[in-house]
Order: sequence, then C-alpha cells, then structure tokens
Amino acid sequence: MTLLTWIFDSLLGLSLLWLAWRALACPNLFKAIVLFVAFGLLMALAWVRLAAPDVALAEAAIGAGLTGALLMAALAKLHPTEAHNDFAVPPEKNVTKVWSWQWLPAITILLVTTGLGYVVLSLPPYATGLSTEVAANLEISGASNPVTAVLLNFRGYDTLLEIVVLLLALLGVWSLNSADLDHKAAPGIVLDTLARLLTPIFILVAAYLLWVGAHAPGGAFQAGAVLGAAGVLLLLAGWRPRTGLMALPLRLVLVIGPAIFVIVAMLTLLIAGQMLEYPPTQAGALILILETAATVSIGVTLAALFLGGDPRKNNRNKNHT
Amino acid sequence: MNPNDYLSAALLITGAVFFLAGTLGLLRFPDVYTRLHALTKADNVGLGLMVVGLAVQAESWSVVGKLLLIWWLVLIAGASVAHLIASGALQRGIRMWKP
Repeated sequence: MTLLTWIFDSLLGLSLLWLAWRALACPNLFKAIVLFVAFGLLMALAWVRLAAPDVALAEAAIGAGLTGALLMAALAKLHPTEAHNDFAVPPEKNVTKVWSWQWLPAITILLVTTGLGYVVLSLPPYATGLSTEVAANLEISGASNPVTAVLLNFRGYDTLLEIVVLLLALLGVWSLNSADLDHKAAPGIVLDTLARLLTPIFILVAAYLLWVGAHAPGGAFQAGAVLGAAGVLLLLAGWRPRTGLMALPLRLVLVIGPAIFVIVAMLTLLIAGQMLEYPPTQAGALILILETAATVSIGVTLAALFLGGDPRKNNRNKNHT
Repeated sequence: MNPNDYLSAALLITGAVFFLAGTLGLLRFPDVYTRLHALTKADNVGLGLMVVGLAVQAESWSVVGKLLLIWWLVLIAGASVAHLIASGALQRGIRMWKP
C-alpha cells in the first residue's frame, strides 16, 4: 500500500507543478483560468493527503470554485485586445529584448528558492509544533475541533484581520466600477431551475458546515464560501436583489461579521484585559455567534465581489440620466 | 476479505472503468457535443457505481445518505452544465460532427 500511496503522491505533486506552470504560461486567458481551477481542485486533494481537511474544504470552495468564478467574471469584462496573458512566452521578435531583462529576476528567484530549500531541509524531521499546547487548552477553548479553536480563539486576531481583508477587497472593487442591477431573463429554463433547486440546498449545507465546525472540519470560511456560491449561481441565473436592499441593508450585512468581531474584541479587552480572550464557560456560545455573523458577511461579500461594482453608483447614474 | 469487500471492490473497479471510458471519450471524440456525451454519461454511471461501492462499506445509514446526496448533486449539476455548454456551443454556431 505504501508504494501505491507513494506513486499517487508523486503523480499528484508533479501534476500540481505542471498545472501551475501551464496556468502561468498559457497565452489564452480562458484556458489559463480553467487550468487554475483544475490546479485548485488537485491542491484540495493534496491538502486531504496532508490530513488537513479544513484547508482542503476552503481550497476547494474558495481557491477553486469562487476564485475561478471571479476570474471568469473579470475576463468577461476585459476588452478583447487586453485579454492576453503577459506572462506567457512573448512573440519571436521580442524574445531577445525581453530576455536581457529576464536574467535579473531569474537569479533573484533562484537565490530565494535556494534559501527556502535550505531552510526547509534544515528543519527537524519531526516536530510537534504547538499542537500539544493546543490539545492541552482545547477544553477551555469552546470548540472540540482544534482548527476552529485556533482560528476563533487562540488566534482569533488573525481571523478578524482576514475578514477585514475581504471587506477591503470589496471596497476596492466598488471604487473601480458600478454594478449592473438590471434584471435579466434567465438564460434558459435549465439554469433557472438549477438555481431554484440548489439555492435552498446551498443554504442548508452552509448552516451544516457552520454548525459542524465546532467539532469537525468546517467553519465560517467554508460555510461563507458555500453561501457565496449560492449568490453567484443566482446572479448567473439573472436574479438581482431589489434596489432598496442594495443601499443600507447590503452594507449592514457586509459589516455585521467584522463589526461583531470588533465589539467582542473590545469587550474582552475591557473585561478580561486581553483581546479576544473569552471566558471558558461562554467561549462556545461566543464562537458560534462570531462564526454565524462572519459566515453571513463572507457569503454576501463573495457574491458582491462577483457582481463586481458598487450597486449604488448604478442608481445615481440612472437618476441623472 | 469478507463478501462485502469483494462486492465493493467489484463495484469500484467497474466504476473506474466507466471513468476511464469517459476520459477516453473526452480526449478522443471529434467535437464538443460527443465529448460532453461521453463525459456526462460515463461519469454519472461511474460515480454511481463508486457511491454504491463505498456505501456497502459505510458504517451508518447517515453516511449512505450523504454519499447518495453527493451522487444526486453531481447528476443534477453534470446534466445541467452539459446542457448549458451544448446550448452555448450551438448558439456560437459550432457545427455537429458528421462522419
């Protein structure tokens, strides 16, 4: 069996390297995105092989699924003359000119790779890291899944910042473009039916992932990604939220996750004297509240990213014209 | 190995044969429509056989339910996406292959 798993792992690793290279070097951007999605799916498999199902879930849902959809949406907005891969091998006539500049980054990358390789090889072969400390404190953390305990309790600070990064990304997109909020007819009855059928299931799966995260792989980011996928599917099927919902209600939903996180952080700072240091008896309930709010915000943020633009700018333009 | 193991091994290997045939069709068939046909038909049955093969080994009925749910979701998604790709190809005027 070990020989079989060894062959499988080697094939997986080589496929990952090959896909990564093809995704970067492919001159056709559509092909590059498809290769990137395939890379994400195999990467999720690699995380499973490394016994990290939480990361695998996040990689499959966000890395492969939603990022792929976002890249496709971006590609659809690119002008055909701009839609080429600048990283791909340049045409023959430019080769010599570009090559004279390429050796410098090549040497830098080679040095960095050598340094990283040296560091990785000089690591002790077996190290427990912080896993024993996590296991020792798991009981007071409020979650029996060590990954959730680390993400929402021991290193809650990191998760807070990650959620804020997502919000910042959306603000960046909003500052660049306005959203198209006109209702569209569904492109065919099949997509319409599929969206209607799958949306309730997506919401159910998101709730399940959120709930199960306390003691098994799952959690806010995975659940939020599934909610975001439901939003993407609805948007693809031509659904647009009512304009009344796009002003204040949307903004409230977008910030509720980060806002509750910040409120809890400040309260714990005032009461316990340490940011995000929960009292052990209430830790479980606090984590559930934080994760629920974060799931809703992450899901809506991802769907809003796919919509790609500030929904309010659209209204203003309409009023002017 | 008990009889259950033989049964699930047989189902899994049969499923893998379907996947192999589907992949072969995807790579070797002449146009987008026939490739879609090979891919969805073979993968639906192949995944079904794999799901049944794994369900034989399942420890509880809830696991069987989850496996069947996965199969059902893939069936729905696969059939719908194949339809969408095919109708998109028709709209773009990609002609069907004629021998």
